[in-house]
Amino acid sequence: MTVFQKQPIVKQELLALNGDEAVALAVKQSNVDVVAAYPITPQTIIVEKFSEYVANGEVQTEYICTESEHSAITASLSASLTGARTFTASASAGLALMHEILFVASGSRAPIVMVVANRALSAPINIHGDHSDSMAQRDSGWLHIYVENAQEAYDSILQAFKIAEDLDISLPIIVGLDGFAISHTLENVQVLPDEAAAQFVGERVLPTVITHEGKTAPFKLDPDNPVTMGPNVSPNFYFEFKRQQEEAMKNALQKIQDINTKYAALSGRSYGNGLIDTYRLDDAEIAVVVIGSTAGTLKVLIDELRGEGIKAGLLRLRTFRPFPVEQLQNALKHLKVIAVMDKSVSFGGFGGPLFNEVRTALFDLKQHPIVINYLFGLGGRDSNPHNLRKIFENLQQIAKTGQTDNAVYYLNLKE
Amino acid sequence: MSGQEKSWKELMFAAVSPKPSTDFLTGDWKTFTPIHNAEKCVSCLKCAMLCPEGAIHWKADAGKLEFNLNYCKGCGICANECPAKAISMSIPDKEEEQ
Repeated sequence: MTVFQKQPIVKQELLALNGDEAVALAVKQSNVDVVAAYPITPQTIIVEKFSEYVANGEVQTEYICTESEHSAITASLSASLTGARTFTASASAGLALMHEILFVASGSRAPIVMVVANRALSAPINIHGDHSDSMAQRDSGWLHIYVENAQEAYDSILQAFKIAEDLDISLPIIVGLDGFAISHTLENVQVLPDEAAAQFVGERVLPTVITHEGKTAPFKLDPDNPVTMGPNVSPNFYFEFKRQQEEAMKNALQKIQDINTKYAALSGRSYGNGLIDTYRLDDAEIAVVVIGSTAGTLKVLIDELRGEGIKAGLLRLRTFRPFPVEQLQNALKHLKVIAVMDKSVSFGGFGGPLFNEVRTALFDLKQHPIVINYLFGLGGRDSNPHNLRKIFENLQQIAKTGQTDNAVYYLNLKE
Repeated sequence: MSGQEKSWKELMFAAVSPKPSTDFLTGDWKTFTPIHNAEKCVSCLKCAMLCPEGAIHWKADAGKLEFNLNYCKGCGICANECPAKAISMSIPDKEEEQ
């Protein structure tokens, strides 16, 4: 759960911001060199707000208005490879259009920070929130963090630059926030003073490489120190470079936890261990695993259920890439039944992507809980405490009988 | 690039090349190797003009053709186009190659 320490190091200001505005403010405070973006609902407020900062001279950032998302991510990649701290944002069809370059960015080890205001994909056209867009990019080599509310969106942007630019990681990162539920909802957000935020994020440090001329140089496009980037690599070596990316992902498991702890000391706020965030889970018998803003509603519901004597708990997965297998095993091993909630579908697959990975992670336990899947919330379908309660009723039933006749359920679907 | 067995841990970050492109020989991509028969050759230079890799050169001082097998891809255009049938394509023995 989110821990509010009594005495954070710095005095903070309480602002009323929606998730997108909170992101724009955090990007401003991170002293970003380049923003290249193309507007798309529900991300638009981020780049609109940021372009105001640029127009008002409040930031030194180079703002590039591109003609498409493919160009936005390409410009972001190029900027990042010159050594610039780079930010972009997208959603839905826009993120899908970026698909090709997402792999180039991760393979080029460009630490771009991108916010995805999660939105459904066409067809039929729908502008509302679900996780189909970023889940479709889960194998693109980007780190994925999903937030629960506007406060965490703000905090996670400051952390995201530190994570992505860490020399042991050097990978691009997607920070996912639920379209409308977070992006457009006004919340109380505690913000750090500009100097404290900038000091926390720090300056971007570049990796050192040996160039084709035998010189030692920073990894950036620089006419005075030419470096070969994005070369053709034969079957002799390609596989080895992919293995390097896997190692960087593994390094992120520890670094994300360290940065979460460091941020807690500064601000008084932390999000579980940075990878997973649990609520009343330690003595729970049944629990739900979820990503994103639905965790907030579930916490209210779990308090109600606890009042009724039901031992219910919650695990919110904050970091989806790298996937924290050990942490999930340790947190979930004592449970009888778990429902994993997926806000996206892998059509024709065995349940949603989160279900697949959580269930696989628990398979190696000597005694693993029964794990079922709930597909929910597609295209912005609301999930209120009333229909979320049905999940726990089912979990109680399965815990009692020790069996389930179904692995994949649909929540709040008109049957 | 064959013959190098660096592990993924030793390879340069982000596939940055530690050597200039001229140091990377590409002749080992080929399957077929051109065999030039100097006796049949009429020195018309059609092969040198048509080689897509620029791997065939006329050595004026020696008065003969030279094939640069470090860059030849074994496409066989030279052999196909030679009016004197002075070039043949063959697969070298494994031992000979090494």
